[in-house]
Parts: sequence; structure tokens; C-alpha cells
Amino acid sequence: MNAQLAGVLQLTALLGALALAHRPLGDHLAAVYTSPRHLRVERWAYRAIGVRPDAEAGWTGYLRGVLTFSLVGIAALYLLQRLQGVLPGSPGFAAIDPDQAFNTAVSFVTNTNWQSYAGEQAMGHVVQTAGLATQNFLSAAVGMAVAVALVRGFARARTGELGNFWVDLVRGTFRVLLPLSLLGALVLVACGVIQNLSGIHAVGQFLGGPQEWNGGAVASQEAIKLLGTNGGGYFNANSAHPFENPTPFSNLFEIFLILLIPVALTRTFGRMVGSPRQGYAVLGAMAVLWVAFAGLMLLAEHHGAGPAPELAGGAMEGKETRFGVSGSALFAVATTGTSTGAVNAFHSSFTGLGGGITLLMTQLGEIAPGGVGSGLYGMLIMALIAVFVAGLMVGRTPEYLGKRLGPREMKLAACYLLATPALVLLGTAAAVALPTPPDSALNGGAHGFTEILYAYTSAAHNNGSAFAGLSADTAWYNTTLGLAMLLGRLLPIVLVLALAGSLAAQPRLPVTAGTLQTGKPLFTALLTATPLVISGLTFVPALALGPLAEGLAA
Amino acid sequence: MRHTLTDLLRNCGAGLRALLVLTLLTGVLYPLAVTGAAQALFHHEANGSPLTADGREVGSALIGQRYLLPPDDPDDPDEEPRPDPRWFQPRPSDGLGTHGAHTRHEPLISGATNLAADSPELVQAVEAARAEVVAFNSVPGHAVDPADVPADAVTSSGSGLDPHISPAYARLQVRRVAAENGLSAERVNALVEEHTLGRTLGFIGEPRVPVLALNVALDALPRDAR
Repeated sequence: MNAQLAGVLQLTALLGALALAHRPLGDHLAAVYTSPRHLRVERWAYRAIGVRPDAEAGWTGYLRGVLTFSLVGIAALYLLQRLQGVLPGSPGFAAIDPDQAFNTAVSFVTNTNWQSYAGEQAMGHVVQTAGLATQNFLSAAVGMAVAVALVRGFARARTGELGNFWVDLVRGTFRVLLPLSLLGALVLVACGVIQNLSGIHAVGQFLGGPQEWNGGAVASQEAIKLLGTNGGGYFNANSAHPFENPTPFSNLFEIFLILLIPVALTRTFGRMVGSPRQGYAVLGAMAVLWVAFAGLMLLAEHHGAGPAPELAGGAMEGKETRFGVSGSALFAVATTGTSTGAVNAFHSSFTGLGGGITLLMTQLGEIAPGGVGSGLYGMLIMALIAVFVAGLMVGRTPEYLGKRLGPREMKLAACYLLATPALVLLGTAAAVALPTPPDSALNGGAHGFTEILYAYTSAAHNNGSAFAGLSADTAWYNTTLGLAMLLGRLLPIVLVLALAGSLAAQPRLPVTAGTLQTGKPLFTALLTATPLVISGLTFVPALALGPLAEGLAA
Repeated sequence: MRHTLTDLLRNCGAGLRALLVLTLLTGVLYPLAVTGAAQALFHHEANGSPLTADGREVGSALIGQRYLLPPDDPDDPDEEPRPDPRWFQPRPSDGLGTHGAHTRHEPLISGATNLAADSPELVQAVEAARAEVVAFNSVPGHAVDPADVPADAVTSSGSGLDPHISPAYARLQVRRVAAENGLSAERVNALVEEHTLGRTLGFIGEPRVPVLALNVALDALPRDAR
């Protein structure tokens, strides 16, 4: 069997596994977020937090919960890193510098997991498990909560209430993320991912003399890193490190974990709005985009254009032997199509076209299928735009799922579309225009520009992967990328919740002969084209200066 | 104004308490539970899949090592490391070496070169690596054809710790290893065949040879066969 065919079979197996799993999980998620009953442990948690679980809030109240919880999380994680040197349980590790601690705290709370540090050298057990792994759970739970609030906006009518943020947060963690992570972590350990409590220790070598390794609770963090579309590796090499991703099977399983919840959430959406077809129409658009880019990526990397891959006889630089070109290409498309940003091969060393695909996937807005929660709300914004465009064509007031899309709704959706690209382009422009920031790029010319563009794209879209040639541990990048991550996470959330509030307040319009059928393949096609057109128009000028210039020169 | 301030404080209090409760659960109990289960069910894997030979720990089956000759001058840090021709060699490793910035230890740092496909530096590195592989593996009576050098032999991996090489790179090293150890090429070739791993279920991943296990087996070949 040749490597290309094996890659296509892996892609097929992955799609089959997701097709089997998304339905039960999506139904479970719908039950979790609509059930009136509380588990006993959850009641204890609500008592400890000091909230009444049956009181619902409007969009401003819900937003206040998200904002305070996120900001408290950032402050706590910042302090934890600054105090690492004097905390017990991390012998030998020193405090992290202020700018890097700020960057890392924002990065993990915003579900970005951009890392300007090398995991095994900087972070001890306490920061890794109690700080970073915890935010892997919580940022994912917050993402799901916001998505569910938006879905409730469509599902409810004539109400000011969107739900209880604390209940959604606790349920998402207790009933979804923890049990799935527990299972996932044990599968990973069985493959060879380490899970122990030893610190840095010496291990014998074949020719004598020791090598020093950092042990740690890697599998438990790896599982939620992928399930929560977080991406922050325990080790510097992330999922390329054999202790994070030891076998070809673990690699395919990790890709599955990345895509699992974002895909299942479309089913949840369909269930909650009372029509699974609406969920499938959205999932269809995500699937078409993802499979198309996965196919292109396999082609690009197997073809291996570019001076170095052609000379070497294959695009294996930065790739592991056990995954090969196919396993690396599939992982790259999964990690940039969601907001994960974990890597099992280094995107900077991909072919010009392959690297461009990773960048474009992120710039699409991470909606194919997108981050946990953020993918669904991002795609639903695209659905509003698609309905609006279709409405303009036939001269009817646009409506989606029985909700009128008036000026207020469309303004919020348009602001959502503008917020993240503005952060990306302004950040990149500032970094290129100022005298010192460009010096951090490893490669020169077009590729150097791509490294900087990729960094701001990754940060503002909360992806966290890197064209890692950029040495981003400088005060400039730690600070500006930190701000891009923070605004790139919170601005869209504010707009989404405001939108949810105004949708929930509306009455439900009756379906008439003139209503656009949004559960049909025609709408899926429209929904597939919308993000391509929008991101294309937004980012093509910047892409032309980077990967396109590099690809054409090759 | 006072009203909003108390509201804000109350909200922050709830946020802080929620963080503490959830940290206890996801940041303390969860990793401990996974560690307990992993140590009980998969003790070997959870502790890094250690490999022993003759009762001696020789490393992890999952982490690549370097097989170098002892340096001529141990006090010269700039001395070029030279591969030991008796052993199968891993892929080039231009990872980040060791680093002690935030710790008093010098742990291995994993990582890649991140050089671009059009980087002149990478092109040069590939050319140099190919010339070296050809020179290093050519034995009297058999010169390695540069066209036979596979991609993994001249590129470095994502982690810098890749424990595997492609079957093609292993076969390319057979004659040199056989000559250096006084073994027949057929015997060493059979050893490589024995240690070659196929794709999982026939389609997941790529065929590969674990270098450490191969070298351990090579070392264990009976003395009279040498």
C-alpha cells in the first residue's frame, strides 16, 4: 500500500468514527444543558460557589459571569506562575517573568494555549496540573456555555433569560469534559503516554551516561488538551513528543479527540432548536470545508514542492517517522480547523502550500469544525450572514430558525466578523512596521512575514499553534500577543451573548412559503461558500505577501 | 455606584470560589485519579516504557538516543560529535539540546528546526546530511548511491527525539554495521527485518524501525557469530 492511499484510509476511518460518535455525544450534551435536575456533587459545588442554580440570567448577567470568571482565572494563573519558585511541589523550578506569565495566563484562560515557553524547562508539576490543565477544562467549559447560550437564544422566544452561567460551567465540566478526559487519558496511557509524579530524573542510555527527563501527569493533560481544543503541550515539541503521542494509533486517536466535541455540538444544536436537520446542515458545511482542506493538505505534503523537500526526496523535515506525511497532514488540518493549536509536526517546515493551508484554516474563523463551543457560535454567525445574503437576493427580510434578523442582529454579526481580522491585521502591521519585532523571525523574506502573520492569526483566533520559527518570548510579543488573545476571545463572546439576548427576546415567526429552508443541502452549500468569501476578501492581501509569494517563488 | 461595586465584588467572589472548587476537581483530583489508575493498569507505559538489556536500563523504547564515539578531548565543548559506526544511527537531530533556564537541572528539550521549505540553510543541511550518510555508510566494495538515501535520513524530526527510522534508512546502514561488527550482511539484514514495524492495522502510520531495540538486539547477537 502506498503512503497516499494509507492517508486516505486514515481520513476515512476518522470520518467513520466521528459519524458513529457524534450522535450519542450530541444527544448527551443536549440533555446536560436542558435537564432541570442537578447531581448531588453539583449541588455541593453550587453551595461552595454561593450561587442559586435555579436562577436564570439575561445576557448581561450571563456575560458578567463569563467575564469575571475569565479575569479571575487570568489573575490566579498569573500569580501561580510568579510564585512558582516558592511554591511547594515544584522543586528546581523558578518563577516565570512578568510578561511571559501574563502571556501564558491569558493564553490558557482564553483557550488559545499559545506557548512562548518550553514546557519541560519552565513549568513544574503544580503550575502544569493545578494551573494549566485546570484552565484546559475551564476554558473549554466556558466556550461550550457561550455556544449553548446562543443556541438557547434561537430555541427560546419572548424571554430575557439565557440560562445560568455557573450551572452551564459546572455541568459541562462534571458531566462532559471530566468523564471523557478520564477515558481518553487511559487510552493514551495504554499507548505509551506517561502519567507519573516523578520530577526531572536521570535515565540510563545504551552507550552509558544518563539523559535527564521530566516526568509528570502528561496523559491526563494531553486528553483535555485535545478534547477541549486547547493545544498547550506538556513538552515543547507538543504532540510530536513521543511521550505525548507515542504511536500511529495514538496519533489517529488524538485527531479524533480534537474533532469530537465540536462535531457533536452541531447535533446538540439541532436537538435544542427542535430540528436535527438544522444541525446537519451546519455540520455539512463544516465537513465539506474540513475534508476539502484535508485532501488539499495531503496532496500538497505528499507532492512535497519546495527546494528542501525536493532535495530530500520528501517533506519530512519537522515530521516524525511513525506518523509520516499523512498522519502529520491530517493532524495539522484538525488542529487549525479547530482552535486547538497542538502540533505533531512543525508547520513552519511544511511545504509553502501546506503551510498556507494551516494559516487559511485558522483565518476561516476556526469553524470547520472550530473550537469547543467557539466553532459552533462562529458557524452560526456565518449562518446569519448566509441567510442575510440570501434574503438580499430575493428581497425578503432575512430570518433564521424563526427569528427575524433586523438591523441590531446584523450589526452584531458584522462586528463579530470584523473584530478578529482587525486584531490580526493591526497586530501584524505594527510588528512589521516597528524596528525590533521583525528581528524575532527565524527565516527571512516572505517566510519571515508569514511567521509574524501566523503568530497574530493564531493568537487572535485563539488557536495557539505557531510557525515556531518566531522567537516570541520577548516583551513585545508576549504583551501584544497576550492582548490579541484576550480581545480575540472576549470581544466575540460579548457580541455573541448580546445577539443571543436579542434573539431570545423575539417572538417566533411562523414558517411560510417564503421562508428560506435552512435545513436543506442548498443552504449547506451557501454556508460553505460564505466563510470562504469573507476570509478570502479579508486576508488575501496579507496572504499574498507571505505564503503565496513563497509558493510562487518555489 | 455603590450598588454596582458590591455587585462586582460579589461576582468576583463567586468567580474565585468557582475557580477553587473546579481547580480542586480538575487540577488535583482528576490528575491523581488518572495517575492512580495508570500506575495500576499500565505501570510500564505510565513510567516511560523503559527498556532494559542484561539487567541494565538502556533508555526508553519511545525516546531516540544518539550513538556517538567518545570525544577525543572531553574538555572541548566545541568538538564535533562523531557517530559510532558500530551502531545503527537515528535521524539527524537538530533539536534544542539541553537547557537549564528555569531549573537547576538540564533536561532534554524537545523541538524542531522550524526551517522553511525554501530556507537556504535547510537546503544546505540536507545536502550536507546526504553527503555524510553516503560517506559514512559506504563500505569497501559497495558505495551508497546518493539516490538511495531516503528523506528521513537527511531531515530532522518534529520532536528531535524520533525513536524510529524508515526501513529504507535501516537497510542502507546494514553493510556498514555488519562490517564494523564482523557480522554477515545477511544476518544483520534479517535482524532489521525482524524489527521492522508495519502500519497499524495495515493503514495507520508508516512502516518504521525502532533504533534502540535494534541496537540492543545487535548487541545481544551471540559472540561466536561475530
